[in-house]
Amino acid sequence: MMLQSNNTAIKTELTNEPFVPVMYEIKRIQRETEDTFTIDLILPDKKKTNFRFKPGQFNSMFVHGCGEVPISISGNPIKNEKIVHTIRVVGTVTRAIRRLKVGEYIGIRGPFGSHWPVEKAVDKNVIIIAGGIGLAPIRPAVYHILEHREKYKDLSILYGARTPDDIIFKKELESIRGRFDIDLHVTVDRADNKWMGNVGVVPTLAKRITSDPSNSIAFVCGPEIMMRYSAVALQQYGMSLQDIYISLERNMKCGIGLCGHCQYTGKFICKDGPVYSYETVKDLLKTREI
Amino acid sequence: MKIEKNKKYLLSKENISSLVQILQKQKFKTIAPVVKDETILYDEIQSIDELPIGMTDVHKAGSYSLKKRKDKALFGYNVGPQSCKKFLFPPKLTLLQTKKIDGKVTVIKSSDPVEKLALIGIKPCELSAILVQDKIFIEGDYVDSYYKQQRDNLFIVTTNCTETAYSCFCDSMKTGPEATKGFDLAVTELIDGKNHRFVIKTGSAAGVKVLSNIEGIALAPDDALALEEAKISSAKNKMGRSISTENLKELLLDNLNHPYWAEIQERCVSCGNCTMVCPTCFCSDILDETSLSGEDSKRTRLWDSCFSKDYSYIHGGVVRASIKSRYRQWLTHKFASWVDQFDTFGCVGCGRCIVWCPVGIDVTEEINAIEQDVEKMKPVEVEA
Repeated sequence: MMLQSNNTAIKTELTNEPFVPVMYEIKRIQRETEDTFTIDLILPDKKKTNFRFKPGQFNSMFVHGCGEVPISISGNPIKNEKIVHTIRVVGTVTRAIRRLKVGEYIGIRGPFGSHWPVEKAVDKNVIIIAGGIGLAPIRPAVYHILEHREKYKDLSILYGARTPDDIIFKKELESIRGRFDIDLHVTVDRADNKWMGNVGVVPTLAKRITSDPSNSIAFVCGPEIMMRYSAVALQQYGMSLQDIYISLERNMKCGIGLCGHCQYTGKFICKDGPVYSYETVKDLLKTREI
Repeated sequence: MKIEKNKKYLLSKENISSLVQILQKQKFKTIAPVVKDETILYDEIQSIDELPIGMTDVHKAGSYSLKKRKDKALFGYNVGPQSCKKFLFPPKLTLLQTKKIDGKVTVIKSSDPVEKLALIGIKPCELSAILVQDKIFIEGDYVDSYYKQQRDNLFIVTTNCTETAYSCFCDSMKTGPEATKGFDLAVTELIDGKNHRFVIKTGSAAGVKVLSNIEGIALAPDDALALEEAKISSAKNKMGRSISTENLKELLLDNLNHPYWAEIQERCVSCGNCTMVCPTCFCSDILDETSLSGEDSKRTRLWDSCFSKDYSYIHGGVVRASIKSRYRQWLTHKFASWVDQFDTFGCVGCGRCIVWCPVGIDVTEEINAIEQDVEKMKPVEVEA
């Protein structure tokens, strides 16, 4: 089966030297949670970066002497003065990135992969469902929509974290809550005694959506199991699977479809994904160990 | 006489010898099969005397040995454990080096030198494998610069097969026994009693130029052409293995949950030999090495195998934890998803994976078994 892709390859200098990273300088490191932080990168010597990306794309981040790791870009796609990534410490390279200090260098190759179809979402209600660190790859899509707010209809954001302490982008979420043009719902799997909000897994929030499902598009990002249950909830709410987009994760090493690791039957997740319409991958999601 | 493209000429053994010398004069490093370590491997040759003259390789599932031939054929071998992959996509390649001083990192691009290489006596399946890898490394969105540079410095003399081995199934994969494209020169060796001749076809301007340097050659006569045709067609009819490629992609992708995968798992030891000997397998991993001071760091690309657990590792675990899922990944990639990715099969029918599998798993038998089982389970229309 052929998987549909909405990949529009951005040709850069990488086209001919795909394995050579561009070195960036760490400008700012901000703690999000116990194990998650946001890191801003700029070009050294105050050079202006010509880095452009689309919401949902990722970069390969390289740490000298340690290795490379694919990390989605979590910054604003309209503002280009810095590159922003939000990283959870899960392995050797992410741990090494956390040990770096402001002023030190990180190599960047990218941007890679397909993006959230923000163009297709114009004149539609947009439903964003994110779990845990899954809010990071989807944040650029929120920025994009807010920058072009008049082009979109209702915007709903459903976000779930394991505990209140695991919520990322807290300040931004709080400021969004105050806006009348965004419908935000946050839930946690396990509450603490200070938590006054929803408790339960994020798909349960789908029943709060009030927009017309026939004119809606959904961007879903989180653990695979959470995306599957979210798709079921969105279907029950009345949406069709082809309007639901998810971001898949596999071992993306090279980012350009040459190393083979991220294969998902006929597709390379790094190149044709990570963003797919649910309809195109629904059968594969049911097959184990693909 | 004036040599033209896509014409066939008759050469003697001495002419083949001159051909090698001419390529060397043109600064090509001449690479050809040689007998080494009880196998037939690729190595640099100075003259045709170093070819595996009068030798051949005998294949079985999980077995490989050399045997003397009854004749003095220059190109009377099949395929050894090494493919030409290593010349264009080296098992180990430095990608770049970095230097870190005071937290600031500079990148030193690596420029491993490429060489002018003439591959002499490679079989049509080998040549087809190069064409398959071209699609991956130079015909996609991103170009592997080392592969491209080395590819641009390659001269290919292929030899059509007039015999086959137990493990050969190039006819099924439409990659042999006769080379149809991608070569500079294609040779068919004809031994008829004491008459030892070669029909050579020009396939490129470079091939024409090289052949023009050999004096006194003529167009191949009709009797040689007839013998060539007969020999190639006899090889075609004597394929050791065969599979049906019709609807093969659909068969495999529609049966990802077939119980037969678990049956193969009982035999497969997940060693990855099949991927190492495969002439088209292109997966790679990166090794990062650092000096003790931490100042210098090097990134090296190494061949990788989908049979290793680490291959599919993402934070939290391994995606393909079971051997059956890894075998399924390998087989369905070669014969199904490769078609979606690169519009060609990832298998050229060279049979190496059958020969070099330590437990003798035969990919053609596994495919045929799945096909027969699916066929058997199809609902039968019963007349009322």
